[in-house]
Amino acid sequence: MTRPLVPLLAAAWCALALAFAPPAHAADAVPTEQDPVAQARAVKLSEQLRCLVCQNQTIAESNADLAVDLRRQVREQIAAGKSDDDIVKFMTDRYGDFVLYRPPLKATTLLLWGGPLLLLLLGFFMLARLVRQRRATPKDAPLTAEEHARAAALLAGTAKDKP
Amino acid sequence: MNKKLLIPLALFGVVFAFLLAGLGLNPREVPSPLIGKPAPEFQLKKLHEPGQSFGTADMKGKVWLLNVWASWCVACREEHPYLVELARAKIVPLVGLDYKDEPAAGIQWLRQHGDPYDLSVVDRDGRVGLDYGVYGVPETFVIDKAGIIRYKHIGPVNAESLEKKIIPLVRELQKS
Repeated sequence: MTRPLVPLLAAAWCALALAFAPPAHAADAVPTEQDPVAQARAVKLSEQLRCLVCQNQTIAESNADLAVDLRRQVREQIAAGKSDDDIVKFMTDRYGDFVLYRPPLKATTLLLWGGPLLLLLLGFFMLARLVRQRRATPKDAPLTAEEHARAAALLAGTAKDKP
Repeated sequence: MNKKLLIPLALFGVVFAFLLAGLGLNPREVPSPLIGKPAPEFQLKKLHEPGQSFGTADMKGKVWLLNVWASWCVACREEHPYLVELARAKIVPLVGLDYKDEPAAGIQWLRQHGDPYDLSVVDRDGRVGLDYGVYGVPETFVIDKAGIIRYKHIGPVNAESLEKKIIPLVRELQKS
């Protein structure tokens, strides 16, 4: 299988960086922001966006080139007075919903959002059925005459049939 | 035989089928939301003639390929011979986007490996690449006469992806 090598290398770099670096945050990427409110917004947004190179990291965590660029975009757009929704839209227009760590609820993601609940309900249903079945089986049902006779034969050691 | 005993087997079968299908998927290939949308416009300096610029508007009315490459990109070397071959066949104009690269290094790279591009433009800071949702160089876009992105290939192209997907699509688009 041929794969783009660059993302692979970048992924390896991400792993190395993660192993040797203290936890890095968006804050230490580009020291542009002096305004603490804007800074907090940039960090919050960066923590919701996925880095497409290191797919299991947010752009706040990742040191991949792409993540650095995307963090810069977030900062610049905040500085330009864009709202959080505008910035998220900018990202999804280019990279799709995959860039969001919290995918939007729509027809294609219904199973994703509803799946766990469905499984939970299924579990409850099966549990309820099991409990009802257990209850329905009488524990101390009296023996029939035939069973009495067999038990007596067994105890007396004269049983013919093998259990 | 007790039918209930078949339930775990059936469940196993379902999980097995999903996992098997998953093996064939490449998680790095994220579907681009840009397919079917107008190619983001840009106006950039040409790599070889920095005095001149090239823009998406110049390609209106033509089917063309936009290939994102860079001299630092290792996988680009892998696909390069196929692009050179494609250029020799003169099927479709090929525009190179030298992504986040030093122009001098880009020119040197093309001199060394051959230049399949009708022209290359320089995206020094990667902003145009960002507009195109580039995340794994090389990437190749097929853009139709109306300037709509019809297809995006992520990663190096090879003989198979060119012959089975890109060239047939280009020919089809050229007819319309």
